[in-house]
Amino acid sequence: MDDPLYWHRLQFAFTITYHYLFPQLTIGLALLIVVLKALALRTGKTEYADAARFWVRIFGLAFAMGVVTGIPMEFQFGTNWAAFSAKSGGVIGQTLAMEGIFAFFLESSFLALLVWGERRLGPQKHFLAALALFVGSWASGYFIVTTNAFMQHPVGYTADANGVLTIADLGAYLTNPWGLVQYAHTMVGAVVTGAFALASVGAYWTLRGEHAAAARVSLNTGVVAGLIAATLVAMPTGHEQGRMVAEHQPIALAAMEGHFESGPRAPLAVIGQPNVAERKLDNPIHLPAVLSYIAYGDFSANVRGLEDFPESEWPTNVELLYYSFHVMVGLGTVFIGWMALAALWLWRGRLATSRWLLWSLALAFPFPFIANTAGWLSAELGRQPWLIHGVLRTADGASPTVHGGSTLFTTLGFAGLYLVLGVLFLMLVAREVSHGPRALGAAPHA
Amino acid sequence: MEALWFALAALVLAVYVVLDGFDFGAGALHLFVARSDRERRQVLAAIGPYWDGNEVWLLAGGGVLFLAFPKVLASGLSGFYLAIFLLLWTLILRGISIEFRSHVADPLWREFWDATFGLASTLAPIVLGAALGNVVRGVPLSADGWFSLPLFASFSPSGELGILDWYTVLIGVTALAVLAHHGALFLVWKTDGDVQARSLVAAARTWPLVVVLIGAATLATRFVAPEHFRALAERPVALAATALAGVGLATSFVARRRGRELTAFLGSAAFVLGLLAATAASLYPIWLRSSLDPSSSLSANDHAAAPAALRAALWWWPVGLALAIGYAVLLFRLHRGKAQAAAEGEGY
Ligand code: HDD
Ligand code: HEM
Ligand code: HEM
Repeated sequence: MDDPLYWHRLQFAFTITYHYLFPQLTIGLALLIVVLKALALRTGKTEYADAARFWVRIFGLAFAMGVVTGIPMEFQFGTNWAAFSAKSGGVIGQTLAMEGIFAFFLESSFLALLVWGERRLGPQKHFLAALALFVGSWASGYFIVTTNAFMQHPVGYTADANGVLTIADLGAYLTNPWGLVQYAHTMVGAVVTGAFALASVGAYWTLRGEHAAAARVSLNTGVVAGLIAATLVAMPTGHEQGRMVAEHQPIALAAMEGHFESGPRAPLAVIGQPNVAERKLDNPIHLPAVLSYIAYGDFSANVRGLEDFPESEWPTNVELLYYSFHVMVGLGTVFIGWMALAALWLWRGRLATSRWLLWSLALAFPFPFIANTAGWLSAELGRQPWLIHGVLRTADGASPTVHGGSTLFTTLGFAGLYLVLGVLFLMLVAREVSHGPRALGAAPHA
Repeated sequence: MEALWFALAALVLAVYVVLDGFDFGAGALHLFVARSDRERRQVLAAIGPYWDGNEVWLLAGGGVLFLAFPKVLASGLSGFYLAIFLLLWTLILRGISIEFRSHVADPLWREFWDATFGLASTLAPIVLGAALGNVVRGVPLSADGWFSLPLFASFSPSGELGILDWYTVLIGVTALAVLAHHGALFLVWKTDGDVQARSLVAAARTWPLVVVLIGAATLATRFVAPEHFRALAERPVALAATALAGVGLATSFVARRRGRELTAFLGSAAFVLGLLAATAASLYPIWLRSSLDPSSSLSANDHAAAPAALRAALWWWPVGLALAIGYAVLLFRLHRGKAQAAAEGEGY
């Protein structure tokens, strides 16, 4: 109870998981809004502009939540992980400062113009505002993922005798191979979230027989984008992520797979419960030799199991890591099938009348949030017990002077505040959905 | 190089206070200067396009500290732990109030968020001012460069020090008065009608308060941290900044009485900027002064990131700053003229 490290970890995990619920939606919607507005400009059809206007309002709400929950994140590096910040600021300070100066200024300057400025700006300039938000949010994702990639796979730095890190090669740091793969995977993961949101709302309106034009545009765009993104998230990006982990974090890979014994022709566990005490997977269903292939592209490759490594190097929570990873991959597989089915029905012209499929799509929106959260849990738990992999232990990164009780207190404060904000956010989104797209007001306000 | 980054970090943080300061001031006053729903929406329309971008200057300042003086950032944020979270919560409530308020037309809903917005905008300057007070006075840094302070201990001048005590709260209240005056002048410039008239009254009433509190804060600072005034007297930059503050304050007074709205606001901006620049120039090279042992202070010279990190950032940071200034100029041009309350459902 009075171990501050535990509370620091819980607080950071909670606030970042909550924060990321919103950026994944805005990152995905930013792209889809640009697509809708581009279609509106090209075809001149108002239904695209109307649908885009609706999604811009949802974007605005999610963005506001992303902003207010993101600001604490930036400070928590200093408040909760002071030792880590003091040691690594010479490296990760670069990208965190870049995110502020290149991404956040861009996003925050053009947000109000995007959300409220459609009439003032006219269609072309309003499209540019949407583009600015898209560039800003995807740049923001790049800088923060590159920061995280350094913690997963440190490159481009030097360390002095006291363990203080300094950037040595900014180019290498910014093009960290781990980071590029991670960025691609995270961004398509966010597009899955955005696409499912479009499809869900479109399906809901279609079921209710409301807002026919906007419903059709949202549903169809959501399904097509959803199929593309759901495919990309697994192949090639998810697969490449797996190979990165196999190469650079073999212990994490073993734990994610619940793979205790080393050996060639390693099987892939589809289902099963890790039993850490007895070092085995209970009730497994295995695909023989598939893990060897996924990790090394060779069915007979040797995959080292947890038994090969001292327990002090194991991730601290093997069970949660294993389940998170399987939830992500499981959902990812389901998403491809789900969206392929919807796309097939769309292509055959039967989607809009197929009530069971519309119902399933209308209820689909929470699952990408779960998959994205589970993915980050896999990445962050797999990194343990390291804060910077191979360089700095998590236990050595926490603030030396902050009491566990203070951290518990502020964690409870966040929990209460975020609960209230979350409820209000859902309520406002529900109001927007039931109201549907708004017309562009005719006369300027006097 | 360390001096350059010290100056840049201080400058960005000072710009943050100037910019977000007018949002805080407007927010702290809006319950009084804007009475009806339409008037409140006019205030929100005045700050709506800017507040989020203004807040990013805080993140940018944090970013510069992180990359150039990581130990200072880490020690300061963890040492002021509870106060930082207080500030974060007020920033959360402020942002959410602005964004959520106008989504629902119900009067109770709006009253609730208006009050929250006013409260958060009042608390934030006090906390920021108290933080400045702590930096000026010094904190109990030990030899390894860490400290921790209770949120408050005693408010008696002879009692134990906390993050909040008689001196830092005095600085906090001074900051609130300065920013309320600043926000009032912003509203005078950007609004018209009744809101403008009441903001003018608010500016006139807060101006003497600002003068008195600044005088009191100066005296108190002479008492708790006399060394600043020696440094101030010896450094041309600090003297120039002090002069800028003085001229700014006088300008804000004269221009307001002559009806020069923009000049009055810019005078107030110069005043805030000058005050903070003078403080930073008299602190230099110390970021955090140790009240236990001067040799434990965290200084820009001894606690900067390695030169390679400072040099690397020089490649890209100025580019980013130029872009940020460009966006701000573009925004002020696009929204030039008086702000009008947006039609229901079409703006803040
Ligand atoms: C919609 C979201 C989503 C979906 C469907 C998937 N992923 Fe994922 N995955 C993410 C969202 C995500 C993420 C949130 O973006 C993560 C967390 C950290 C990161 O870099 O990306 C992630 C991480 C992540 C990692 C890295 C874990 C680590 O760093 O230790 C691997 C190996 C995979 N994924 C592999 C896959 C595979 C093979 C999938 C097959 C279907 C898959 N992901 C679906
Ligand atoms: C939004 C996606 C993310 C989620 C859901 C997430 C989740 C987590 C979780 C669950 C932990 C606790 C792990 C443990 O203590 O066992 C953690 C720790 C941490 N994460 Fe992340 N993380 C995310 C992104 C990031 C990014 C982008 C960064 C860096 C820029 C980051 C930096 C950290 C740090 C510094 C810690 C604390 C040290 C530690 O426990 O390893 N996280 N995160
Ligand atoms: C996977 C990890 C993350 C991603 C992809 C991400 C992305 C984003 C995006 C796109 C935004 C814009 C607002 C929005 O769209 O909701 C945002 C806001 C923000 N994020 Fe995150 N974020 C992540 C994690 C973090 C972390 C670890 C930090 C702390 C360093 C952080 C700090 C912030 C801040 C301060 C804002 C508000 C910016 C503003 O005022 O405009 N984020 N984030």
